[in-house]
Amino acid sequence: MNKKWLVVGAVAAVVLAFVGGALVFKDRSAQEVKQVAQNNNEALVRAHAPVFGNPAAKVTIVEFFDPSCETCRAFYPLVKRIVNASFGQVRLVVRYAPLHKGSDTAIQILEAARLQGKYWEALERALVDQPRWAAHHNPQPALIWDSLTDLGLDMAKARADAASPAIAQALRQDIADMQALQVKQTPGFFVNGTPLRDFGEAQLKALVDQEVAKARVP
Amino acid sequence: MSTEQPTDQLGGHFGRFWAPLFLAWLIALLATAGALFLGEVMGMTPCVLCWYQRIAMFPLVVVLGLGLLEADGRSVRYAMPLAAAGWAIALYHCLVFWGLVTEALVPCGKGGSCADAEMQIVGFVPIPLLSVAAFTMILVLLWVSKKEVKT
Repeated sequence: MNKKWLVVGAVAAVVLAFVGGALVFKDRSAQEVKQVAQNNNEALVRAHAPVFGNPAAKVTIVEFFDPSCETCRAFYPLVKRIVNASFGQVRLVVRYAPLHKGSDTAIQILEAARLQGKYWEALERALVDQPRWAAHHNPQPALIWDSLTDLGLDMAKARADAASPAIAQALRQDIADMQALQVKQTPGFFVNGTPLRDFGEAQLKALVDQEVAKARVP
Repeated sequence: MSTEQPTDQLGGHFGRFWAPLFLAWLIALLATAGALFLGEVMGMTPCVLCWYQRIAMFPLVVVLGLGLLEADGRSVRYAMPLAAAGWAIALYHCLVFWGLVTEALVPCGKGGSCADAEMQIVGFVPIPLLSVAAFTMILVLLWVSKKEVKT
């Protein structure tokens, strides 16, 4: 019968080694990501990036965001709530991480709406309708235009703006910063320069609370 | 191929086929854990050929594991085709990796390229080569085990 225990023991040993190795690796790469964020601090916030909330807030959430990403869609109301509930202590800076096909076009449309002061409205419409335009096997970001018709935009101007070199240049900068900061998944969060280590809503809230508490101490 | 009656071929409870079967299973278990570690912990996205090898490797842990627990020599026969298929894909993957077969023939869509130089561990051992080695050892051990089942 002890041969059966050999099998069970081997499984247990391999599982233990796996979990232990995973913990060591996670810890090491978390240190590395933190270091990268520290070394590339200037890449986190750029003047061209959209800001939600009090621009002078002491705590800044930088979110590397992809309009085609389902998890970004799910996180949007949560992040918005964190900012709104902070009474001006927390702001959100949106940086783009177009990791899906068609995301670049979607971003250009959103930025065109931003030029007419309708960025957040457009973003929310695009996220609500994401299942319609952002199927990963067949993305049709141009469908976002249909979601924006009742925002009162000058559509002809918006379509022209979407193709403007200024928007393309800003997007290139975001992609370069995303690579410098080694953001490989979206949403990628940094709170006052500290990368979110374990992904999750509660973890993000905890990190924000921690930074708010730090900012309060003179 | 063989027409022996399975029930009489078990070699008794925990027959002599058990030791090589255990080693084959252990290799499959380590390969599975290793593949999951590379993919899920280290974040190396498996390429298409890696996935096909995984499809062959992962069930070996279950098939051979049950064979061990039930002392069932027939599990060797069920494992053989999986191991052989995995071995062939791994060999092909090595040829792609070394550039002996051009990657244009391989549909590597999302995920990493199958010829990616990053697919090495400890700096110089290509992962597909590890895979070939694992499948080869599993095949040899299964073959030894099968002989023990027969005798």
